[in-house]
Amino acid sequence: MQLVLEKRAERSNTIALVSPLIAIGLTIVTMTILFAILGKNPLLALQAYFIAPLTDGYSLQEIAVKATPLVMIAIGLSLCYLANAWNIGAEGQFLIGAVAGSWLAVKTQGTDAGAWVLPAMLVLAAAAGALYALIPAICKVKFGASEILTSLMLVYVADLLLDYLVRGPWRDPNGFNFPTTAEFDSVATVPLLLEGGRLHLGSIIALLVVAAAAILLGRTIKGFEIRVVGAAPRAARFGGFNANQLIILTFAVSGALAGLAGIIEVAGPVGHLQPGISPGYGFTAIIVAFLGRLNPIGILIAGLFLALTFIGGEQAQIAMKIPLDVTKVFQGILLFYVLACDSLILYRFKLVFPNRQVARGAG
Amino acid sequence: MRKSLLALAAGLLLAGSVSAASAADKLKVGFIYLGPIGDLGWTYQHELARQALVKELGDKIETTYLENVPEGPDAERAIEQLVRAGNKLIFTTSFGYMDPTLKVAKKYPNVHFEHATGYKRDKNMSTYSSKWYQGRYIQGLIAAKMSKSGVLGYIGSFPIPEVVSGINATMIAAQTINPNIKVKIIWANTWFDPGKEADAAKALIDQGADVIMQHTDSPAAMQIASERGKLAFGQDSEMIKFGPKTQLTSILDTWGPYYIERVKAELDGTWKSEDSWGGLDSHMFAMAPYTNMPDDVKKIAEDAQAAITAGKLHPFKCPVIGQDGKEIECKGGANLADGQILGMNFYVKGIDDKLPGK
Repeated sequence: MQLVLEKRAERSNTIALVSPLIAIGLTIVTMTILFAILGKNPLLALQAYFIAPLTDGYSLQEIAVKATPLVMIAIGLSLCYLANAWNIGAEGQFLIGAVAGSWLAVKTQGTDAGAWVLPAMLVLAAAAGALYALIPAICKVKFGASEILTSLMLVYVADLLLDYLVRGPWRDPNGFNFPTTAEFDSVATVPLLLEGGRLHLGSIIALLVVAAAAILLGRTIKGFEIRVVGAAPRAARFGGFNANQLIILTFAVSGALAGLAGIIEVAGPVGHLQPGISPGYGFTAIIVAFLGRLNPIGILIAGLFLALTFIGGEQAQIAMKIPLDVTKVFQGILLFYVLACDSLILYRFKLVFPNRQVARGAG
Repeated sequence: MRKSLLALAAGLLLAGSVSAASAADKLKVGFIYLGPIGDLGWTYQHELARQALVKELGDKIETTYLENVPEGPDAERAIEQLVRAGNKLIFTTSFGYMDPTLKVAKKYPNVHFEHATGYKRDKNMSTYSSKWYQGRYIQGLIAAKMSKSGVLGYIGSFPIPEVVSGINATMIAAQTINPNIKVKIIWANTWFDPGKEADAAKALIDQGADVIMQHTDSPAAMQIASERGKLAFGQDSEMIKFGPKTQLTSILDTWGPYYIERVKAELDGTWKSEDSWGGLDSHMFAMAPYTNMPDDVKKIAEDAQAAITAGKLHPFKCPVIGQDGKEIECKGGANLADGQILGMNFYVKGIDDKLPGK
């Protein structure tokens, strides 16, 4: 008797719906065992991870704050990936957006610039992110350069540019040589939404982005084009869709969204430009995009869920003294199960019994 | 079955909240750590101090730490999480937590904060740091004595005043032994990156340096110096096990006494916002044993350490001559003023390099 993985005749829609739930269930079982081995009460630990952050307003706001950049970037990336364009450099586009927007904040610092500063920063950041993303897109279309490599390499360029600026020309003159700009003026910061928390306007923008992407993909010809080019390139060619044009378009849109996320993060929760503004949002967003199955609503849920594990991980560290590494193991196990369960959409388990006749003949 | 599971869950939750209640009359003290705790380096030294604190006052306090907290937008949340968990005194142990700490401090005026190595303070936010330049002065004396090539290698982290004053103190000391001493400086632009630090050490040795000094946290440079048969100084922690024949001494961060003092003040209700900048006399840092050097060099080091501790020797005794040969204005009477050292952004005479950003 043998257990084999057999390809299904067509993808199973039921499994597509329940596979994330199976994955979460398996993760919880595994973590329960792990907590028990660590000598921690599994119920209390799971409560600290999943329930406690959802029970008070402050933590809910923090989940939204953490999810905002992830969701915005992931939405852009999903458009690329649907169109078979592999933008791996969202981190760089995020940083360039942050830099471009901060330029205006630094230049207007201490002047009586009005309320136009923040909107202008957002526009600048989106434009800069889009332009930066166009470099790998154009290299791909014109010269056939692998966009995976070029977009990834440009992350380091952006990182070093930011580093140079905050250590050099934009350094806070009263900052004792520490690598940071001065705190932005209030006209250059993203307004908070609620008293006492950090929820800011960026989260609303992220929701609008999700809605726009859902409409684009579900209800417009362009969205259809994106999906066809990705799913069936030959059919798309026969249909007269221009794949190259779509690479340019999706890269630009995803760069703009990453750039926007960058300036919102800097002008929002951080308040100034400094190195290390992103704990790898551009890369984590790749996970969010796939966890959300490249679907806008799915991405929103995935982003919120990943944010929940961050916040919950901190609460578990505080309340239960569970080491941070366990949180990372936890995130890793979750992804592992999600991917493993996804294989069940296209494959199924089958028990195979040895052929009796062959067995008899051999005997 | 389901019912009994639910009952068990409810019971456990209840048990959890009861034990939380009994801990509530203890003072809760929180810590934010930059790195993982590991077994050496900056964060590890803070963790050692926390353990010393628990040992001393464990019956009156409960401590909590969050490790590996990035110095970006996550820091503010991490600090606030500690506040919300009931911590009344919170140590944020890296420079990059300055603005996040200040923001949270303004929001919670009844919670006290202690921020390491920063310069922004508030009614409920103190700062604390060490006069490491005193240790650097002693290292400069040793280095100049031990170097055969007359070239020292210096791995800098960031060109901030703390690091710059360390380089200057080293050179001022070294020049008293060998007026022609040279120093080669490489900025690693990181506090902890073993790969980069190792590369920097190799490059410095290739440029002729035979004593390696570092203001970064990993033992990589010590290991490279050890492989190449050169000498080196540790940083933050005891690093002798990475270079038993290499380490001359190491500047050890010993925050324990300060943490105990501040927590006691909090318990007594006498905590006030302060700016503590402790030298060798305050035991905020210590020198690891002087090893791999002849007795006469050891004696020079020990004498200098005694003189600095007693306040008889100041590394930045006036006149201090700048790189351009001009005397630096002496604002502190006999020595440079503390403010001049805390904001130091110039090199002293004899450093054949350009300070980044100048």
